[in-house]
This record gives sequence, structure tokens and C-alpha cells, in this order.
Amino acid sequence: MQFLRKQFPVMLAFVMGMAMFIREFVPSKFSEQLYYGFTDWAIVIVGFSAVFAILSLLHHHMNKVRRRVEGYGYSVITILAFIQMIILGLIFSVRPGTPAGWEYQWLFVPMQATMFATLAFFIASAAFRAFRARTWEALALLLAGLIVMIGRVPIGEFISPHLSTFSDWIMNNPSMAGFRGIILGVALAQIAISVRIIFGIERTYMGGGD
Amino acid sequence: MTHLGIILLQNNGLLPWQEAMGTFFTEGGMIVVGTWIAAGLTLFMFSFVYKDNPFFRFGEHLYLGISAGYLMSLYFFNNMKPKFFYPLMPFLDASGDSTLNLWVIIPGILGLFIIFRLIPGWGWLSRITFAFYIGGFTGISFPKVLNGLLLPQFYATMQSIPWQVNSLDSAVLLLNSLVLFVGALSVLVYFFFSMEHRGFIGGVSRVGIYTLMIAFGASFGYTIMARISLLIGRMQFLMFDWIGDEIVARIGSLFHGG
Repeated sequence: MQFLRKQFPVMLAFVMGMAMFIREFVPSKFSEQLYYGFTDWAIVIVGFSAVFAILSLLHHHMNKVRRRVEGYGYSVITILAFIQMIILGLIFSVRPGTPAGWEYQWLFVPMQATMFATLAFFIASAAFRAFRARTWEALALLLAGLIVMIGRVPIGEFISPHLSTFSDWIMNNPSMAGFRGIILGVALAQIAISVRIIFGIERTYMGGGD
Repeated sequence: MTHLGIILLQNNGLLPWQEAMGTFFTEGGMIVVGTWIAAGLTLFMFSFVYKDNPFFRFGEHLYLGISAGYLMSLYFFNNMKPKFFYPLMPFLDASGDSTLNLWVIIPGILGLFIIFRLIPGWGWLSRITFAFYIGGFTGISFPKVLNGLLLPQFYATMQSIPWQVNSLDSAVLLLNSLVLFVGALSVLVYFFFSMEHRGFIGGVSRVGIYTLMIAFGASFGYTIMARISLLIGRMQFLMFDWIGDEIVARIGSLFHGG
């Protein structure tokens, strides 16, 4: 049993990792089947993990209702909204012209768009605090942000016709250089972590469990 | 119950009663009802700008439930039906494209192992699933990151610099090439912590900090503009779809003395 709990998962990760790595360099029908077979299986596993996530969500909110904690009425709303949506969605599907499609169009989309739109206010207030040019670095951040913002609205064109060109230049050159450096770092780190996972050095992905 | 199960797993073609329902939900009264509900919920969500309040919390919890239910249903129809249920029960696929494939029982069992995390004493089984999934995708992503991300980025950064300047365009090209090369290299030096950032290395790393600050500032400005665009979209919905063009025009005429 101890073997199944500790060594077997590490061995399985090694075998799966090596198999998928080697198949990339062996172009054949079998290697293609292996790839598509694995990704299809992964889709099924993700489906079950989504069920797990939903059960956790319902468990959390049902506990709140059971204990009658403050604001438990909101948890009732979440539970009812989920149950009615999943029933309507599974029976009638979620395509346009169904009850679930209607709810998607008139409830889900407006609320999601408004939530992201609301962030405009909070980003603006955060900017007011963060963009105080106390150092030269903060000044660089402030100027780049301002030029990109003003260069993309009609008032920018009114101030100077070159502002939008300069805004595009910032996005395509110094900004791209910065993100290219970050992407290179991320790619190198991803390769390093892949090697660590395949060879069983990195095991935190397995989580706790008993 | 069996009948309901067959409806759920049937092929994606529309059933007669589904077609009749389609016109009900896409025409007339239901659009008016939908617009009023959407407008109300939009105002509920916007109310958070003032402060946290019961209207916002109602909307927030409703959104949580609706989105979880919607995404689960969507995943079921787009992925679980064709990849799990049809291979197990091909007779349910009216298109006749599916064939019996009992191998899908294995990912089904691995998926159940994740749900076992809810049962005390059985949680360790999920490690097998995680090892299978993470191990496989690590093997897939390793060469893909190398070929698709790392090498192309290096290649794009290490283009030969056009030193010959004989016009304004060629001068701009030289400037852009230098900014890209020096910027990316200096950012990498900044993130290289195995060397002390002093002297020449310290200077290059300082250029890296400035490049990063410009990149973050530009990205911040770009994000704000995207959010403002969403805000304008919601305002347009409230003003034109909900209140209506005519009333908005009349309110506007009050301010313009019309």
C-alpha cells in the first residue's frame, strides 16, 4: 500500500512524461494515436475534476446554510442558481433559444461584463496611488501608461497627431522587449520544472492527501 | 428517468419541442424581460463602486451559481458526451459516428479518484490521477515550449542589427532593433540572480528595470483602455437598449436647450 501511495505516482509521472516526450521525436501513426488518446483521456479527467470542484462549492455553501452563518441567504441564491441552471442546461442544452441560453445571454454575459467594467474604477483609483512619480522607475511606468492610454483615444489625436504613433512604438518596441525577457525567463523555468517533475524531484503537484 | 437520461445523451440535433421553444426564447416578450433583468443586474453590479451592499452581493452570488451551472453544462455537451458517454454507449449517438471504446473506463476511474478526495482515507488515490495527468502534459509541453516559445523568442531577439544608416527609415529600424535586443537582454540580466548586480552587470540590470517598468506601464494603460471599453459597452446597453434611444435623445435635448 505504501508503494501505491508514494512510489507508484512518481513512477507513473516518469513513464507518462518520458513516453509523451519521446513520441514527439518519433513521427508515426502510433505516436499520433498516443497523443490524441492521452488528450482525450485528459478531457474526461478534467470533466470529473470539474464535478469535484462543483461538489466542493456546494459543500461550502450548504455548510453556511446549515450553520445559519451571517449572510447564508446569499449561499441559498448560489445553490438555487446552480441547480436550476444545471437542470435546464442538461435537459434543454445551452445553445441559443433554450432557457439556459437565454439565461446566458441576459444574466451571465451582462453580469460578467459589468464586473470587468467595474474594475476600470478600481484600476483608476489604484493608478492614482501607484503612479506617483517618486522615483525615476515610477516615472517611466507613469509615462508609458499615460502615453499608451492617451494615444488610443481621440483626445490624443487632438493633442498631437504623433501621439498614437508613439503609443504604438512603445507597445511594439520597449514593451515587447520587456515582455520578451519575461517570456524567455518563463520558458526556461518551464523547461526546468518539466525535468524536475519527470525525474521525480518536484512532487508538490500531488498535493497532500493522507 | 431512463427517458431523461437518453434525452441528455442524445445527439446534438434539435428535437421538435426544442425547436418550438427556440422561437419563444429568442423573440418578443422574452427579449424585453431579458433586457430588464440584465439592466437590473448591471446596476446591482455597478453599485459596488459606491460600497459593498446587499444588491451587489445578490448579483455576485447569482453570478457564481449561474456561471458554475452554465460551464458544467457546456463541458458536458462539448466534451463529456463525445469523449466519454458516446464511446461507452455508442447507440445513443444518433449520427452513428461513435464506436464502442471501453478504454475510456480508465480515465473515468482516474477521474473518480479525484472525487475520492472528499472521502476521508481515500484522498491519496487522487495522486495517481495527478501523476498521470501532470506527467503526461509535462512530457508534451517540454518539446513544445522549446520549439514553440523559447527558440522562436531567442531567434526573434538575435536578428542581425542593421548598422548601415542612409535614411530616416533605416535609422528608425536601427533604433528599434537596438531597443528590442538591449531591452530583452537587460531584462534577462536583471532576472539572473547568480551574479551580484554591481558594476557593469548592475548597470545593465538597471536598464532591465527601466525596460520592465515601461512594459508594465504600457500593459497597465492597455488594460485600463480594455476595461473602459467594457464600461462604455455597459453604458450603451443601459442607455440605448434599456432606456431607449428616444428617451436618451429627449434627456440630451434638455441639456442642449432643444
